Amino acid sequence: MNKPLRRVSVFCLILVAALMLRANWVQVVKADDYANNSHNKRAIYEKYSHPRGDFLVEGKPITSSVKTDDKQYEFLRKYEFGPMYAPVTGFISPFVGKNLLESIDDDILSGKDSRLFVRKVLDTVTNKGTRGGNVALTINAKAQEAAYNGLKDKTGAAVAIDPDTGKVLAMVSTPSYDPNVLAQNDRNAVAKAYDGLTLDTNKKRKTPDTNFDPKMPMDNRALRYTYAPGSTFKLITAAAALSTGQFKPDTVPTVPLSGGKLFYPNSNQFLPDSHPAECAGASLQKALELSCNTVFASVGQQVTQEKVKAQADAFGFNNFGKGSQNPLDIPSRAAMSVFPTGLDQGQLMRSSIGQDSVAATPLQMAMVVAGIANNGKVMKPYVVDELRAQNLSVLEKTQPQVAGEAITPEVAQMLQDMMKGVVDNGTGKSAQIPGVTVGGKTGTAQHGENNNKNPYAWFVSYAKGADGKKVAVAVVVEDSDAERNEISGSGLAGPIAKAIMEAVVKK
Amino acid sequence: MSNTTITPQAAPNRRNTELMMLGFAVLVPMLAYANVGLAGDGSLPMGSLIKYGFGLGVFAGIAHLLVRKFAPYADPLLLPLATFLNGMGLMFINRLDLDIVKGIGLGGRHGTAAAGSQLMYSAIGIGLFVGIVVLLKDHRLLQRYTYTFMALALVLLVSPIPFPGDMYGAKIWIRLGPFNFQPGEFTKIVLTIFFAGYLMAKRDALALASRKVMGLYFPRGRDMGPIVVVWLLSILILVFERDLGTSLLFFGLFVVMLYVATERTSWLLFGLFMAIGGAVVVGTLEPHVHDRVAAWLDPLAAYNGSGSVQSEQLAQALFGYGTGGLLGTGLNQGHPTEIGFAARSDFILTTVGEELGLAGMMAIFMVYALLIERGLRTSLAARDPFGKLLAAGLSVTIALQVFVVAGGVTGLIPLTGMTMPFLAQGGSSVITNWALVAILIRISDTARRPAPPAGTFDPGAQVAPRRGSHASGRDGTPAGGTTPPQPSATPADGSSAPDPEALTVAGGVPSAPGGPPPGGSGTPPRPFVPPPNPGGGAPFGPPGQGGSGGPNP
Repeated sequence: MNKPLRRVSVFCLILVAALMLRANWVQVVKADDYANNSHNKRAIYEKYSHPRGDFLVEGKPITSSVKTDDKQYEFLRKYEFGPMYAPVTGFISPFVGKNLLESIDDDILSGKDSRLFVRKVLDTVTNKGTRGGNVALTINAKAQEAAYNGLKDKTGAAVAIDPDTGKVLAMVSTPSYDPNVLAQNDRNAVAKAYDGLTLDTNKKRKTPDTNFDPKMPMDNRALRYTYAPGSTFKLITAAAALSTGQFKPDTVPTVPLSGGKLFYPNSNQFLPDSHPAECAGASLQKALELSCNTVFASVGQQVTQEKVKAQADAFGFNNFGKGSQNPLDIPSRAAMSVFPTGLDQGQLMRSSIGQDSVAATPLQMAMVVAGIANNGKVMKPYVVDELRAQNLSVLEKTQPQVAGEAITPEVAQMLQDMMKGVVDNGTGKSAQIPGVTVGGKTGTAQHGENNNKNPYAWFVSYAKGADGKKVAVAVVVEDSDAERNEISGSGLAGPIAKAIMEAVVKK
Repeated sequence: MSNTTITPQAAPNRRNTELMMLGFAVLVPMLAYANVGLAGDGSLPMGSLIKYGFGLGVFAGIAHLLVRKFAPYADPLLLPLATFLNGMGLMFINRLDLDIVKGIGLGGRHGTAAAGSQLMYSAIGIGLFVGIVVLLKDHRLLQRYTYTFMALALVLLVSPIPFPGDMYGAKIWIRLGPFNFQPGEFTKIVLTIFFAGYLMAKRDALALASRKVMGLYFPRGRDMGPIVVVWLLSILILVFERDLGTSLLFFGLFVVMLYVATERTSWLLFGLFMAIGGAVVVGTLEPHVHDRVAAWLDPLAAYNGSGSVQSEQLAQALFGYGTGGLLGTGLNQGHPTEIGFAARSDFILTTVGEELGLAGMMAIFMVYALLIERGLRTSLAARDPFGKLLAAGLSVTIALQVFVVAGGVTGLIPLTGMTMPFLAQGGSSVITNWALVAILIRISDTARRPAPPAGTFDPGAQVAPRRGSHASGRDGTPAGGTTPPQPSATPADGSSAPDPEALTVAGGVPSAPGGPPPGGSGTPPRPFVPPPNPGGGAPFGPPGQGGSGGPNP
């Protein structure tokens, strides 16, 4: 019986050898596939097994990682300022994903980035325990706080940019949400909170999602919503006009009024003005101060559609953002602002004053003002200043980039002066800051069918402090609870813009 | 090839080797407990270290002492290997308890600790081991009850049918109040004994009466009866109990034993075709088996929403191996409970893979390989055909079971509901496997025991002095160890109990093999060495045969 026994021994060894080969297959060859499978929660646990890196504002962390008793999600992400920074940082949750910078810079924050590898090994060897790298933001803490406090009871957005560099100094979107509720370790609580915050558009749902906040607090309005820019677009129409050389600020454009009204071509509909008497025969400067629709509609027609669009494009319309060839990532991606082509004369008239199909993100309008304030050069906005290692040494610093030269310095200077006039003498008086050069432009954008919805209140402005500090701001307030006739850029949005500017330029 | 690999005369007593290896087998899991504690709350878990690590060591130490006394020539690796696997299993169960009690990875459900009961079952298992080593003087006693074991096996096999199945619908449990048994585990020993006894009786007919077709010897139709019956039985298990593993194990076991008994390769081919045929037919027709095959073919389909694979267990197991990689996450630093409660039982190997990595997996497989090969070596060394078949069958049982379970949880073959011998949680399993190792110890003791020169039947003259020296060296105290157990084991022999002082003649002077007292089971103070010629004159054969020197059953 020994011959078959020896063969059986070999057979048994082959069985074990097959198991060993299989173990090599699943633990070496296929290991990375399995380890990184999206359904393998161990990868998530691993991420939570050490402190996540923090976001830094002016060198101070605005997030933290708190050690808990939870074995799976050991370190809890804390957002010290809750909703204030949510539109900048986004959130990370053990259960419902992540977004914005938490998502984009995840490799740095979680420590996965290869540049952090050496430090990670050192930390492991020295038993210090590893942690993620840090992300230093361009945000100005006071400006962010001012913007948030101004908007927190309203629906809207505000963006502040340093015109010289493109640094985003403040970015707020309201209503906001507290990312801490999504970051907690309690799966059910997170699921419930997330469900209440978001609209589930999954087509497989049997009943439509009714449990959501209709104001969509998790949407970043500053980046992702496009609004009709309204009268703030007159800055671009004015820039296009001045750039032709045929217009100066004191030029009085010809406006084909009939009976004091500007009718649309072949129509008995007319374009209204809020100050019809003063707008008749107003200079470009005066028309901007009073925000005369008739003057800028006519100027737009005279400058031609192509040139207005070209000017808008030079500031970034149709050019940056989602869907364009040149996506604008700050590094979160912004939506594209639009100035359409193929308009008829009536549409061109309305588009020249920022109505009709013109749409702009608050970020885009801040870029327009920043371009004007920076003598024509539009800087590419960015919100991540530096990526830093665990020990805060700088791995990567974002260099300011010129996005384009939208207007000549001369035209820019003229526009700056005209905007200053708006604040000093015109509709933007609410933004005056003593001792500081402030220029601005209000906007009250109609929207809805037959303009039946409460308009958007806009305010875009720049400020130059005595010590050379500059800031460009765009604020938009959606239909807040105010009475319709009280909504104006100056009344609602102006004070918020003023507060942001003050925070930046005042000592 | 009739020579054994162990020359009887040269066989040393390897008890000190066993003790040393046993030390390692107890020490390694104790270090692992320390590792678990330090990785967890940073302190040494003295409680579990002493209770589980040292506790099992004490039981194994007792087992060693009794092996030293009652099976002095037994294979020195079997006990340490079993102790090591049992110890590591307890350690893993204790480590998984930490997470399961807290409900980590179980979606908020909390489990109860299992290490305590596993330790209890291990103690019972070692108790059974000791009982078998002490009481079963000769493995050939089992041969007497060949058909009793057959009846017992049949009863055990059908017993789970009236009880509800597990989550896969496999009916492998008997549930009586708080107690659950897996009779399949017990059946494997019972069935192996039956196969060994049956094949010993029938092997000549099966081996010789055959027809040659295309160079292969095929059995006559009437001799095919037994294999067809076992094949049908396996298919019936598969259909009625939906238990792929047990079915595969029993059929494979029978085919291998048939091959060993008859030395006919044709049986292997024949069995292979029958197994494949049966598996294909049942796999297509039986939905539960079908589900498992689907999960095996594409484990990750559990996530694609098609519903073709219901359970994500296998996918989670694969994620665990992948995360563990080469060296593992370290004990108590992985997340093995993602698999669910099965992490302690069927899927315990996944914890090994995740926390100890490929290195740990290879080590565990190597230990199993050693256990299996020591068993087969015992079979090679055994001098009687029944012992050979029994040892081979038991070893192959372990091999097949390890292959079926480990292959299942690593995705090599479809998943079956069986447990890793010694490693996994399960009272039935650990008790059975200790009994299995005890029988192997008994066979190896018999096989390796120094034999008198062939043809000499006067042990008193040649064997006794050498034995005597062994006995005194072994037991340390004169006579104390050698004699007292004898009366209790063989009460009928009380009158012929040797004089305690008669150390040097303890080997066999009082009762020569030809003359045990009536009643047969009476044994001389030293179990007698069967002559090298298998089956010829087995002195401890069934009653009525004992000493007659003849009938080969």
